Amino acid sequence: MADEEEAELSEKQKKEIAKWFLLKSPPGEIQFVAKDVKAVLNDDVLYEEAASEAFPLYNKSHLISLEMPGRIGDVIVTSYGQLNETEFIDPRTAQVAVVDHIKQVCTEVRPGLDEELPSAYVEEFRCALDAEILKYVDEAYPKGICSVYCGNGKDVEGPGSDFELVVVISAARHSPQNFCNGSWRSIWSIEFKDELQMLELSGKLQVGAHYFEEGNVQLDAKHECKDTTIFQSSEDSAIAIGNIIRQHETEYLSSLEESYSNLPDTTFKDLRRKLPVTRTLFPWQNTLQFSLTRDITKELGIGK
Amino acid sequence: MEAAMGLMRRMPPKHTETALSALLSLMPQHSSDLLSQVDQPLQVLCDMEYGKEFILCEYNRDADSYRSPWSNKYHPPLEDGSLPSEELRKLEIEANDIFAIYRDQYYEGGISSVYMWEDDNECFVGCFLIKKDGSKTGQGRRGYLQEGAWDAIHVIEVGPEEEGTSHYRLTSTVMLSLTTDNESSGTFSLSGSIRRQMNMHLSVQEGHLCNMGRMIEEMESKLRNSLDQVYFGKTKEMVCTLRPPSEVVMRLPDS
Repeated sequence: MADEEEAELSEKQKKEIAKWFLLKSPPGEIQFVAKDVKAVLNDDVLYEEAASEAFPLYNKSHLISLEMPGRIGDVIVTSYGQLNETEFIDPRTAQVAVVDHIKQVCTEVRPGLDEELPSAYVEEFRCALDAEILKYVDEAYPKGICSVYCGNGKDVEGPGSDFELVVVISAARHSPQNFCNGSWRSIWSIEFKDELQMLELSGKLQVGAHYFEEGNVQLDAKHECKDTTIFQSSEDSAIAIGNIIRQHETEYLSSLEESYSNLPDTTFKDLRRKLPVTRTLFPWQNTLQFSLTRDITKELGIGK
Repeated sequence: MEAAMGLMRRMPPKHTETALSALLSLMPQHSSDLLSQVDQPLQVLCDMEYGKEFILCEYNRDADSYRSPWSNKYHPPLEDGSLPSEELRKLEIEANDIFAIYRDQYYEGGISSVYMWEDDNECFVGCFLIKKDGSKTGQGRRGYLQEGAWDAIHVIEVGPEEEGTSHYRLTSTVMLSLTTDNESSGTFSLSGSIRRQMNMHLSVQEGHLCNMGRMIEEMESKLRNSLDQVYFGKTKEMVCTLRPPSEVVMRLPDS
């Protein structure tokens, strides 16, 4: 092993390694990972640098939700609502949340400025869709948080131009006392194509889980799907989009369940069978020569 | 070291190798502790003389060379690499032959290697290794897996014989990862690693190999079962907690 060479890691390399560990943290575990990374690095300045770069990325990719002060609801940390490094808009309340990425808390809120919010025309579609998605998420996800953002064309004033809405759904469950953490994340982008009078939907679903009682087992599942529907009034569009998302996510859940139920007898079998091809336990007793053991015992002088 | 082990318990098992090499480069002063405490995916070399592959581990390593269980030679060649005693080598040869049959019956392919060595405290120690690539492009007979790896490490310490019985201590680790990928369900990937111990006092009447083999067989079945039922089951439970299947949602108002 070329230990000496490897010991000469540059600061930059060390920071990259620290970031790698932080970003690979399972759902809800980055704070625990951070503590260990800090200990392993043994260099607080370097750690702070790595953390300040990795936490915002982790928070956004895990779509973590943070409670806003004043009990006005939760804000989702996502690039779709990001105004600058620490400010994230919550379109439902039209509030801008100031986020401390490393502590993973929302420290304050301020009202969104006019230029940060969509036009009245786009807001009508966004608001109708938000109501529809809220209803769906309440039904389908016991701990789900959702938000609808304007992805593109927030200043479109009326019919004649395209715009895009983005539905973000995030459900996380952390129960370290049961050695299990998990998260469900969906991002649906809906393009309102004015000329074609069509809505084009594309969804990215990601599910992760970590079980770690006397072991370490992780699920990492991803799926992408597409669909289309016709451009209707804000309310009818919202209902149509809601139904499409519900349908695809329900189908995806059943396909996950199917993948699980296929494990024991098909998928897993390609790694190791439950029983040998002969369907009986291996006949160890028939394969052995009794004399051999006796010889060894004698030779090694370990009998009695 | 504690923090390093803490990290290894949280990193996705399919990234074990990267995580370990990252730790090795960050803490070179702990490299031997890390290498002995962190189980890592098994590597393979080919014994050209026999045209057969063998598995590398700490137990067949001397300096930077690894001993093949087939030719008993070190790769790359090593002048005075340590070898098991002649008698133990006999048992090792037999164990390799039998274990290869066992492996083929359960794994339908894969590679196995058995190494034995004398130990100061015990009578001897045996290390049984299995590596299987179950992917479509590997030896996955049914072709379900985009990616599929199973690595098993069994170390058995055999105590001296007393009144016809010996004490066996088995420590087993299984590391696996499997990924399925298709149009309707996207990529579905599970990876995990678990380690368990088993202690037994057995009559040596039928021989050490027979006892070791049975213990390994029992342990492998237990590990496979708990990975499948308990560990994968728990992650499935988590998914269904996040988003309960619709039948449940519809049933809720009634209950």
